[in-house]
Amino acid sequence: MIKIFVPRDSSAIGLGAEEVALAIQAEAKKRQVAIELIRNGSRGLYWLEPLVEVATPEGRIAFGPVTIADVPGLFDAGFQKGGVHPLALGLTEEIPYLKRQERLTFARVGITDPVSLEDYLAHDGYRGLKRALTMAPAAIVEEVADSGLRGRGGAAFPTGIKWRTVLNTSSAQKYIVCNADEGDSGTFSDRMIMEGDPFVLVEGMTIAGLAVGATEGFIYLRCEYPDAEVALNAAIDSATAQGYLGGDILGSGKAFRLEVRLGAGAYVCGEETSLLESLEGKRGLVRFKPPLPAIEGLFGQPTVINNVISLASVPIILDKGAAFYKDYGMGRSRGTLPIQLAGNLKQPGLVERAFGVTLREILYDYGGGSKSGRPIKAVQVGGPLGAYLPESQFDTPLDYEAFAALWAVLGHGGVVAFDESVDMSKMARYGMEFCAIESCGKCTPCRIGSTRGVEIIDKIRAGEEAERQVALLRDLSDTMLASSLCALGGMTPYPVLSALNHFPEDFGVTSAQ
Amino acid sequence: MNDQAFDSERVSGIIAELKTKPGALLPILHAIQDALGYVPQGSVPLIAHELNLSRAEVHGVISFYHYFRSTPPGRHTVYICRAEACQAMGSEALEAYAKSSLGIDYHENTPDGAITLEPVYCLGNCACSPSIMVDKKVHGRVSPERFDDIMDSTRSAP
Repeated sequence: MIKIFVPRDSSAIGLGAEEVALAIQAEAKKRQVAIELIRNGSRGLYWLEPLVEVATPEGRIAFGPVTIADVPGLFDAGFQKGGVHPLALGLTEEIPYLKRQERLTFARVGITDPVSLEDYLAHDGYRGLKRALTMAPAAIVEEVADSGLRGRGGAAFPTGIKWRTVLNTSSAQKYIVCNADEGDSGTFSDRMIMEGDPFVLVEGMTIAGLAVGATEGFIYLRCEYPDAEVALNAAIDSATAQGYLGGDILGSGKAFRLEVRLGAGAYVCGEETSLLESLEGKRGLVRFKPPLPAIEGLFGQPTVINNVISLASVPIILDKGAAFYKDYGMGRSRGTLPIQLAGNLKQPGLVERAFGVTLREILYDYGGGSKSGRPIKAVQVGGPLGAYLPESQFDTPLDYEAFAALWAVLGHGGVVAFDESVDMSKMARYGMEFCAIESCGKCTPCRIGSTRGVEIIDKIRAGEEAERQVALLRDLSDTMLASSLCALGGMTPYPVLSALNHFPEDFGVTSAQ
Repeated sequence: MNDQAFDSERVSGIIAELKTKPGALLPILHAIQDALGYVPQGSVPLIAHELNLSRAEVHGVISFYHYFRSTPPGRHTVYICRAEACQAMGSEALEAYAKSSLGIDYHENTPDGAITLEPVYCLGNCACSPSIMVDKKVHGRVSPERFDDIMDSTRSAP
């Protein structure tokens, strides 16, 4: 039986993968070729999607991008046996974009059938949990702390310290909450994990539960990800049926239950305290801190709240040990970062690399430069609250501290490229507009400041007293930076001021005033 | 809008089924919107009563979240991504094209009741921009021509 792989990833489906899968099945039936069609996750080579793979004795061979019109021709060429065809890309693992990656968190994505527990187990799945079950809770926490793992949602707070606080806070009920409200533009690594390897997140959360003594977990998933919801629920159901979740995990007597909850289109709910309010059934208003969620979190109980990638990195840390993970990276940024390449690039996709790779390598060696063929003018790193970087900063290594030194952020690892046609004053205006649309309204600098910010930038763009308005914009940005309650108001000045500082000519002012 | 007719028995059934969940309000609102396409104003007092909340609290939650709607949508909802990655690939032109070709603005329904247009801020499809979502299906690299094709098949779908 020939194994053929066609992704079930929503981006691949958005380019026709579903129709291609159906066409391959129909064509195989017509030609009486026995095939087993597996719907895998995406390899993350999105310019090649829908990417069809065929298993051969030498390894998996890739073809792409495949349209339904290509399917009869692929069979004519004997693609199911690795035959020669113009869309053939050779061995998937040898494609340079993929070969030059360090896939730890994404080790299985694109390789396995995401909703098959059997396949997960066959590819080293649940080894981390099995080891964790032999360890004392504090030892699990120390393993994660020693790995150097920092929150991949964007704030980069050490995961082990969060866990230690929850472990040391006594309570009858504790919770593990996964922040799967991946709202940053240019990011999709959480989605790829949840659609492409949901068990790794389930396993990571189960380990977190064992580590801190929590028996209940929630995945707060944005409702814009319906396919991820399906995959997660399938994984939770089969993990529960096989004893990997529930009242007695693998006969250990330890309990952990997991539920997916949907957000409802509020960007601010990616902020951890707003997310907890939303999970409690309220408006997603940001909470004052302290108390920290680790002490008083969901329903007032000690709560670990981590991003999808942070939690999905835990199984390999427990499986291979803290030292293995910590060996990757630079400085205080340890391990790997799944970098998401988006916007105006020839080769957008997912690149997991150890920290330290430069932005230029990412944009050109992987991204292949701009899709339009025009020079890349600016790159926004870290989502809508991340700074815009000009070409002069492209040699910066991807490292939390190196970015902080430039008054920029790595955030959740999204990289969005713009070619020279972009008007940076327009992007700055959008930054303020987005903040105004998404502000939870609790604090004044964010709620009012963002609207005033849009008005000021409109005046600058119209050339009304541009220099005075620029001074006012800086003053307003200072207020938002210093006195907003959370990162939404507090970081909106990053895209706004970086656009102004690096591209003053787009604002009609001569130099950064 | 308060006298909008809606299936109150169905709403009551959903509330009864979900009200014991911790933090039940969002799951209830999702289930109502999945069933009816929107959260009718008239369901607010029912939810408030069963969850022991004030009507203002329930209304406050519905109005806080962009996804929940209080008026009936068209048969299909088309979401156009307005976020940066899509902007880098020409989503502004696509937005303008969508509005003019459908003859409606955001938050409006086409006169034939087939399509509702909504903005969205990221679909996680940023490597295949510009992106739209039709009901629960994402479409990538959407040119105006492709938008027309997708709208044609959307209109002819039930």
